[in-house]
Amino acid sequence: MSASLKLPIFMDNNSTTRCDPRVVEAMLPFFTENYGNAASRNHSFGWVAEEAVESAREQVGRLIGASGKEIIFTSGATESNNLAIKGVASMYRKKGNHIITTSIEHKAVLDPCKRLERDGFEVTYLPVDKFGRVSPEQVAEAITDKTILVSVMAANNEIGTLQPLAAIGAICKARGVLFHTDAVQAVGKVPVDVEAMGIDLLSLTAHKLYGPKGLGALYVRRKNPRVRLDALMDGGGHERGMRSGTLAVPGIVGLGAACELAGKLRESETQRLLTLRKRLYDGITAELGDIGLNGHPIDRLPGNLNLSFAFVEGEAMMMGIRDVAVSSGSACTSASLEPSYVLQAIGVGDELAHSSIRFGLGRFTTEAEIDFVIRQVITAVNHLREMSPLYEMHKQGIDLSTVAWAAH
Amino acid sequence: MAYSDKVLDHYYNPRNVGSFDRADPLVGTGVVGAPECGDVMKLQIRINEKTGLIEDAKFKTFGCGSAIASSSLATEWLKGKTLDEAMDIRNTAIVEELCLPPVKVHCSVLAEDAIKAAIKDYQTKNLGSAAVAEPLMVGV
Repeated sequence: MSASLKLPIFMDNNSTTRCDPRVVEAMLPFFTENYGNAASRNHSFGWVAEEAVESAREQVGRLIGASGKEIIFTSGATESNNLAIKGVASMYRKKGNHIITTSIEHKAVLDPCKRLERDGFEVTYLPVDKFGRVSPEQVAEAITDKTILVSVMAANNEIGTLQPLAAIGAICKARGVLFHTDAVQAVGKVPVDVEAMGIDLLSLTAHKLYGPKGLGALYVRRKNPRVRLDALMDGGGHERGMRSGTLAVPGIVGLGAACELAGKLRESETQRLLTLRKRLYDGITAELGDIGLNGHPIDRLPGNLNLSFAFVEGEAMMMGIRDVAVSSGSACTSASLEPSYVLQAIGVGDELAHSSIRFGLGRFTTEAEIDFVIRQVITAVNHLREMSPLYEMHKQGIDLSTVAWAAH
Repeated sequence: MAYSDKVLDHYYNPRNVGSFDRADPLVGTGVVGAPECGDVMKLQIRINEKTGLIEDAKFKTFGCGSAIASSSLATEWLKGKTLDEAMDIRNTAIVEELCLPPVKVHCSVLAEDAIKAAIKDYQTKNLGSAAVAEPLMVGV
């Protein structure tokens, strides 16, 4: 073990990320020095704040191939998704009442859709293949003359699978349907370009790309077509009337700085993460059998590794690697006591969903940390399999799927 | 969520992990739960032929830390008990001993079920057999 290894280790970068010190540095003056209201038009405090906001807008736009004018600042991706989906639904209701999305979206997309269903909209939840991908053909087949919006995430938060955005965007364009993508996990990690991918609305958040929590953005296309939205909140008419509320200048500066850094570092970071992820996977599988990879083997976020350790329950596993922060699709770790709906949607059986662990590698993950995690995982899995009646039965050659369990 | 020290202790130092021969007439085996529910407990007791007491107990559990701790604790409590005493072990006692939060109460229920299933298995095997020292309740 490296002497510099600091515990606990954060390997849950799909849930959030450490704010990059360079981002914090950029934000600091906007708390105590340049604390003006960006909407104050008549004094220098306001001008300085506004200039910083506009510069951040450009930084965000540049990362996704958009103009700064098309960026609306929000409180985070949940708000961005709500604004995109409900805002479009309300504005284009006369045109149609049908929305298409996928079964593995984040709750911040699924739940607004469910609310719209209660309000008379129809929503199609497209199924995904075993890797978690939706096909452009499925989208094309689902579009009707009532469809006003297609919302497909860029990358899945649990299994990291990337969706064929460009092909879906082209279909939406051809059929005159707006295309929204929840790109929270993808922005800054894989190439995202709203022009090349035909994206009309895009949600992102700062805290997934080494920026601060509480700050997100929604890209809203201004031409070809010009997308209009009904605001969720009424107020001072900030952000082209789409999102009222005094701008959170320090956070906005942080998001801008995070986007600029992400743009500069993305390619080298991708290479580094792919190497580290391979090291993690190879290290674990070299010593442990009966491990399943959840998600796509290649078309996935570079930092995401989601594994199912057969015969071992996820929460017990997390207890076993207590110095390492990860996530699990096990019911025991969720508030609902249901196993991950994403893993269920890709056909992972409930028993393997309970056995899943998501490793989220990031900018600050080191090789020494990976090596430590490999040892911890191997020790924990061996400890738990020794205790597992399922592993015992498996070793005796019993096919677990043929056992009549006394389900409770 | 934070685990109690007792849960952690049973998790890291589980008592009586292992298996007896299921076919042994002196062994009772209870398997409860299902993999798709996220927990399966196998609890086994071995009865002393002469005294009729539970002389040893073993478990294997697939489940969260609280499920492991509940079954580990159960094996500790079972040793030296008569079958009647064992039947009286309640999940609430396990909850209390391990300080399980409400969301983990089902782990203790599973442990109680496993105890009862193991006793029932032993009794079913030994109906009318000389190995049974005294009349036992069946069909609980």
